[in-house]
Amino acid sequence: MSNHYDPTKDISPSAAYPEVSFAHHTDDSTFKKRVIRTTVILSVLTVLELALGFTIYALHKGEPSHALLLFIKGVVCILTLAKAYYIVSVFMHLGDEIRNFIMTIVVPLLLFIWFIIAFLADGHSYKTLRNQYDPYFKESTTPSGHPVIPSDVHKYNSQKGQRQ
Amino acid sequence: MEQTVTHNTKWWSGGKSPFNIEYGKIMMWYFLLSDSFTFGAFLISLGTVRFGLNYWPEPSIVFNTFPFAGHANLPLAFVSVMTFVLIISSVTMVLAVHAGHNRDKKGVEKYLIFTIIGGLIFLSCQAWEWTHLLTAKNPVLVGDHIEVMAQRNGFNPWGEIVLPQDVAPALAKTSPETLATLVHEQHLSHASHAELLKTPKDQLIQMLSNSEMVVRKPGPAAFGGFFYGITGFHGFHVSIGVILLIIMLIQTKMGVFERRGRYLMIEKIGLYWHFVDLVWVFVFLCFYLI
Repeated sequence: MSNHYDPTKDISPSAAYPEVSFAHHTDDSTFKKRVIRTTVILSVLTVLELALGFTIYALHKGEPSHALLLFIKGVVCILTLAKAYYIVSVFMHLGDEIRNFIMTIVVPLLLFIWFIIAFLADGHSYKTLRNQYDPYFKESTTPSGHPVIPSDVHKYNSQKGQRQ
Repeated sequence: MEQTVTHNTKWWSGGKSPFNIEYGKIMMWYFLLSDSFTFGAFLISLGTVRFGLNYWPEPSIVFNTFPFAGHANLPLAFVSVMTFVLIISSVTMVLAVHAGHNRDKKGVEKYLIFTIIGGLIFLSCQAWEWTHLLTAKNPVLVGDHIEVMAQRNGFNPWGEIVLPQDVAPALAKTSPETLATLVHEQHLSHASHAELLKTPKDQLIQMLSNSEMVVRKPGPAAFGGFFYGITGFHGFHVSIGVILLIIMLIQTKMGVFERRGRYLMIEKIGLYWHFVDLVWVFVFLCFYLI
């Protein structure tokens, strides 16, 4: 032990446990700045997500194009990933840990890439096959007049207006 | 300075943590990693079912109410409040952990109390939302007539919209009790529910067909299962988090961490709490936004 690096010499008050070699020490003002900055970023991202959610809602009152909706939903997913990054990296301090440890968390998470693609593709293929071979399923579940998205309250009311 | 230590340290020669983290904290991280796969599997199975169906209810028609706002159509409003509550409680948790670093007992206590309050507000919001979804009176076309239904096991009232020309014949075949309830729910008459029950059926039908009432078909049965399963599992995590935070608060007050010389437990529970917030970010995405 004597000719090895002695961790106990390097102990800061906040790291008073023997197996940890050095502590991440942030002084109060840097910490405060960082927390405020992250809180603002998270709030702004949430507000953006909500704005896009309302855009989707507004689009549903008309006849939205499938591609546009998919694009907006894709943007919302990216914003969510950005939020997740800030929570994990700053609030959970994963960004401050040493690289080897970050990798033991992040590398297994890469499994999600396969997980999401494979299972969504599976669901999609099931729907396609069912629509192809089960006409009853297709007829009874496909929203009438709108192949992708059901009509909305607003639509119903405007149709009603025409009728009266 | 930290960089030089990182490079010159023999991390794997024993006597110290190769990851420079205390054992319990590493294990908390790995638990959270495994938990993320549990939640991930739930949310991805939701995606699979949703991609496998031709119709899925839009979030804005399901989640459009706000406490004490009556029948006002306020899509996304309530869930944004819940999301902000959880983000703010995450911030107060960071502050509690930092106070722990500084061995500031009073600060830890203060911020833990804020975090617990945030968690309790979130849980109350969820309880309100569940109660609302389970007790709301939605007009649903069942067979040839309309019934008043809320979310039930294997059934939900958020299917496809029924076109006006199909509503009129369905109203004629609907029971007078249901018609009275619908008129009452839609605030179409000043009469009480009991008085409406005595009103002639044609008059009730007349009121309803002139109203803006929206009738829907039953929606995909999987919706409720996934919604209650996933938000319930998340709510269970929040409840556990609140219980752990209360234990931490009691231990802090008793001076357990003060005597130990470190507030490491606060850090570990903090990790768990942030994870709960993180999961909500994805639940919010999958159920309420897309």
